Amino acid sequence: MTHAAPAPPAAAHHTSLGLDNRKMAFWAFIGSECLLFTSLISTYLVYKGRSVVGPYPHEILNIPFTSVSTFDLLMSSLMMVLALAAVQRGDMKWGKIWLFCTALLGLVFLGGQVIEFTEFVHKGLTLQTNLFGCTFFVLTGTHGAHVTVGVLWLLTLWVRALQGKLTSANAMTVEITGLYWHFVDVVWIVIFTVVYLIQ
Amino acid sequence: MNEHSHPAAGVYLRVAAVLVILTVLEVGVFYVPAFHPVLVPVLLVLSAVKFTLVVMFYMHLKADSRVFTFLFGAPLLLAAVVMVALLFLLLGALTLRGAAGAA
Repeated sequence: MTHAAPAPPAAAHHTSLGLDNRKMAFWAFIGSECLLFTSLISTYLVYKGRSVVGPYPHEILNIPFTSVSTFDLLMSSLMMVLALAAVQRGDMKWGKIWLFCTALLGLVFLGGQVIEFTEFVHKGLTLQTNLFGCTFFVLTGTHGAHVTVGVLWLLTLWVRALQGKLTSANAMTVEITGLYWHFVDVVWIVIFTVVYLIQ
Repeated sequence: MNEHSHPAAGVYLRVAAVLVILTVLEVGVFYVPAFHPVLVPVLLVLSAVKFTLVVMFYMHLKADSRVFTFLFGAPLLLAAVVMVALLFLLLGALTLRGAAGAA
């Protein structure tokens, strides 16, 4: 007696290379995002040290506070890979826990960015103040917008997992979400060094 | 390479530990005056190592298809070349203009 093989998830399509088309498209998207963030980082570097009025970076940047935010984002990346590993082995209980922890750490990072931006505005640094303010807020604000999208995406996945609509058959969805989240993390690794530590 | 041959949780934890140590080192060298003459190269190297670790292990490029490495690496290389060219061109132009203004 023969048994039919389990049907693959409806959304799974493979390219002629044998690779998942969604994953290929997403890597291409990440490649384009590299160009976007490089242009913003380049603009920051070109105008670095050319502000004619303060506040200047060394007067305003809070390294201990941002170091904690960096640690938070690195740990969120760890939570994300643990979530993916749990979903891939069908352990949805831990998959849900790690997904929620990732989103929570993302929210903590965003909260830190709100506090930092508010403090800077109170100290007189806005988009219009000087070249540093303009390039700093555009660069870190664009990154923050990406983190916000990531948190919403993670929370959507978490809710779907709670509803039982996310299973090990959808592991690729979690993997693609993870790619986005880790990309946001590596962009921050560069921003932390270039903007905060190299003043 | 198999698209799904991802590392075990232990590898993820070890990578996280290394990332935390590298971040502590980054912040440490920022505060130690003895490192200030070599601060920029040291920070850039540490940052590059962290970047590579996340991309290789957390984004699975180490085990995934080379096609994904190309899709990520080619734009990244292009971006790096454009950034260096832009910095040379614009920083040079701005410096020359500043020197002309001072004269």
